[in-house]
Amino acid sequence: MTSHWPRILRRGRMEAAAIVIIAAGVFMLLQPFSMSLYTYSFVTTLSGTALFTVVSKFPE
Amino acid sequence: MSETTVPLTIAEHAARATPDAVARQVRGLSDRAIAWLFISPTILLLLAINIFPLVWTVRLSFTNFRANRPNAKILGVGIDNYVSVLTDPDVWAAMQSTAHFLFWTILLQTALGFALAWLVDRRFKSHGFWTTVILVPMMLSPAVVGNFWTFLYQPQIGLWNYAVQFLTGIPAASFSMIGSVKLARWAIVVVDTWMWTPYVMLICLAGLRSIPGYIYEAAEVDRASPWRQFWTITVPMALPFIMLAVLFRGIENFKMFDMVNLLTNGGPGSTTEVASITLKREAFEKWRTGYSSAFAIILFVTVFGLANIYVKALNRVKSR
Repeated sequence: MTSHWPRILRRGRMEAAAIVIIAAGVFMLLQPFSMSLYTYSFVTTLSGTALFTVVSKFPE
Repeated sequence: MSETTVPLTIAEHAARATPDAVARQVRGLSDRAIAWLFISPTILLLLAINIFPLVWTVRLSFTNFRANRPNAKILGVGIDNYVSVLTDPDVWAAMQSTAHFLFWTILLQTALGFALAWLVDRRFKSHGFWTTVILVPMMLSPAVVGNFWTFLYQPQIGLWNYAVQFLTGIPAASFSMIGSVKLARWAIVVVDTWMWTPYVMLICLAGLRSIPGYIYEAAEVDRASPWRQFWTITVPMALPFIMLAVLFRGIENFKMFDMVNLLTNGGPGSTTEVASITLKREAFEKWRTGYSSAFAIILFVTVFGLANIYVKALNRVKSR
């Protein structure tokens, strides 16, 4: 049976995107270069984590 | 005629031991209801010791609450605590100390752990004994490790300084690992690497032992050199396990508290003040409970995000 779920919203791809956002957030939190990056690190990590939690329920 | 006795099963023993009043209540319940009855104490405990403190911390992070002034009026401050933490240069400095600790411990533990796993996988004579010896540090409590490394690092009587003197000629009394601004950061890296390299070695060993032998046999038939076999078979096939070890150690070291607290307590100055030490100071020395709750939530979300990646990597390893 073929799934009608849009290809772009398939779990694998969306989880990969969420992982990239989480990794970017962690890097922004720990980097020594820019205070602005540090300031926006939490919002980035939080968005990535929320996205991961949601998309992990999507079909493959 | 003598009566034969049939041995009772555990379930029958339990049924006989159950008081009549309880038995009457349980009888007639569905399997699902009995299952809920058994797991509900665990769920209640989980709610009480995990979920409730988390929800309470989130609530406190939006207030000006101070635990040393329980009778003071608690005011909502919105996201001010989060803004303060994320614009505080001292907290940013603590994050950089954490980053230094994370980067070097993960790098050294992965390199040494994989090298040790590769050696142990050769199955040389008495490799079982040496594996046990290598695993001893990770079996010790971090409190014990922190205490005895404090003695090992003593400039006057510590073995570490004498070992450095023996190897490099630098006088033992001329430097202090945990008292020096330059060396203290490396002192905690050395101890953590000493303690947790065996753990990384174990995970890498599992990866190496999961590689089927016929792949190497096929490579030998194709006349691939040992060097080429290592880079094209061993490393790629062990990589998911190495990633797993890196993520696990990353999460653990991001939260590192006990060992650093015992070894340096964040000093000298704030050189080794990793994030969890700063959090402790804000919460229990300065008593800024609302602020430290916001800081704790920021650390929690970061660890939770990393844990998601860890679980994803773990599932990939399982499906191999």
